[in-house]
Amino acid sequence: MTLPPETDQYRGPGTDPVLPAHEIELGLDSGFAPEPVSQWKLFRRRFFRHRVALVALAGLILITIACFAVHWIVPFDPNKQDLLATPTGPNGTHLLGTDELGRDQLARILSAGQLSLKIGFSVAILSVAFGTMIGALAGFFGRWTDQGLMRLTDLFLVVPELAILAVALEYWGHTGLVIILVLSALFWMPVARVVRGQVLSIREKEFVEAARAAGASPTRIIVRHIVPNIIGPIMVNMTLAVTAAIITESTLSFLGFGVQPPQTSWGQMLSDAEGYVGTSKSYLIYGPGIAILLTVLCVNFIGDGLRDAFDPQSEKH
Amino acid sequence: MLTYTLRRVLYAIPVLLVATFMLFWLVRVAYDPCTKLRSTREGAAAVARCEKNFGLDEPVPVQYANWLTDALQGDLGTSSRTGQPVSEMLPTAMWNTVQLMFFGTVLSIFLALFLGVYSAVRQYSVADYTFTALAFIGIAMPPFWFGLLAQQYLAVGPKDWFHLQEPIFYIVGLHTPGTTGFNMDYLRHLALPVLTLTVQSIASWSRFQRTSMLDVLSTDYIRTARAKGVPRRRVVWSHAARNALIPFVTVVALDTGALFGGLIITEKIFSIPGMGRLFYDSLVAGDVNVIVAWLIITASLIILFNLIADLLYGVLDPRVRLS
Repeated sequence: MTLPPETDQYRGPGTDPVLPAHEIELGLDSGFAPEPVSQWKLFRRRFFRHRVALVALAGLILITIACFAVHWIVPFDPNKQDLLATPTGPNGTHLLGTDELGRDQLARILSAGQLSLKIGFSVAILSVAFGTMIGALAGFFGRWTDQGLMRLTDLFLVVPELAILAVALEYWGHTGLVIILVLSALFWMPVARVVRGQVLSIREKEFVEAARAAGASPTRIIVRHIVPNIIGPIMVNMTLAVTAAIITESTLSFLGFGVQPPQTSWGQMLSDAEGYVGTSKSYLIYGPGIAILLTVLCVNFIGDGLRDAFDPQSEKH
Repeated sequence: MLTYTLRRVLYAIPVLLVATFMLFWLVRVAYDPCTKLRSTREGAAAVARCEKNFGLDEPVPVQYANWLTDALQGDLGTSSRTGQPVSEMLPTAMWNTVQLMFFGTVLSIFLALFLGVYSAVRQYSVADYTFTALAFIGIAMPPFWFGLLAQQYLAVGPKDWFHLQEPIFYIVGLHTPGTTGFNMDYLRHLALPVLTLTVQSIASWSRFQRTSMLDVLSTDYIRTARAKGVPRRRVVWSHAARNALIPFVTVVALDTGALFGGLIITEKIFSIPGMGRLFYDSLVAGDVNVIVAWLIITASLIILFNLIADLLYGVLDPRVRLS
């Protein structure tokens, strides 16, 4: 299909023929025209300039792929026991050695990582979504809504997390899903506080007033006008929730209150290895710990990159 | 200041009551102290007797009120694991924990302060980059893994490498059995647990102090002080560091409360019979009375430290009081 040339268009009697856009422009060279840059574009540009954050992002993606593609990467089943084989240290066949039951350590670390990553990301998404909702409601409506919700936040802030988790899991069962739900219920408070503070300052801005004047509902104002403006702090808090969830879950599993065998997690592997400190099998204490450390480091650096990208003011520190 | 203090204290009381009630409720839901009887053939009569004994036949709020009344009179029930009264087990455990907490907090405060101020003053120097890298690792380090590494490299390792009779640092308990008192033996026991407990707080507090110090250093009054010729050392310590301390103090007070949770890990790895270890053992044994008492005491301590943080903030920064 061919379109008629624009200059030939005639909109009716009494009107001028429509000129093509480039002829209307006042003879400016298009190379000098200001390029419209959206907030997202600015943000992306700043984030991709942050080298460390980029490396960390690549690292996290690599770790994730390695964990979920473990069956294609390591030629051993993580749960296959070989009781006759004596545990060996790292060697050519078993890159990280085998444990006391003859299971390949690398395969186990990677498959355990699936659980840790799932928990980390699910908790981050759930707790941030919930915290944002609470914070936005409190900040937007103010008065008794604010009072009530913030008092609730204060309540949740004083519970000893690890202890509560252990008790709650005793009742609801030691599964990944329960850990995710309980952790999310314990991690939403910081986000709620941050979001409330941001909403308090933003709801007085003119564009919110304009939206209200145009008849937008509170839900629409919050979701379409306020939240997109505070997405920066929300995402930074999300990275904090990821690391907190991963460390708390591994701590819990280390104590033996986390997921139960045959499911495994990094914390549980370290718990198994605890007894080998100072023995010939002490090589077992390194792998899972390094895995936790690297994952958390990557997420933290990504968070740093996000913070700088969303808030150029903070770059000087 | 008096109004501010009163307002904060009055606010802390309902938070304390509601939070502890929620914890009490959670334990009542999660743990049934009569489980064992239910699965035996002793029948409904025995179960009913047990429920009556624990007060389970009443509604939870009434149970909580009863528990609180007893607790305020020093009766926290009996431990099903050891048979001792809970009120006698707690002080012993608490004393061991307080020692860890005291040395841990003091060490963290001084190290974090020094590292933070130093990094800020020498921003972008080699030392700053080194401390920054270490802090990032320290924050990302799971404390329990650090504990294992410390055992491997600071206790067992040196003993093997140098063929020592005994390790430089011990990894079990706070004293060699049969000895007490503040001496070398005690310090050698204390070193690794305190280190494990404080890695994260040193790392994150020093970063915090660095940021807040950088903020202060870029203010006008610091420039004025420098311009009129105040010696550098004095500007850094008495003009800048003092004001940079205000947010630091608050964070320290808040985190110290949260350290109680971290004790579970440290005390388990280093077999120290403190509060954390007590909680771990009770949880494994399903010892309801100890769990309830532990959770409520811990939550109260966290609330107490939050209150202290608020009050300190009010003392240090008069603007907070008036708002």
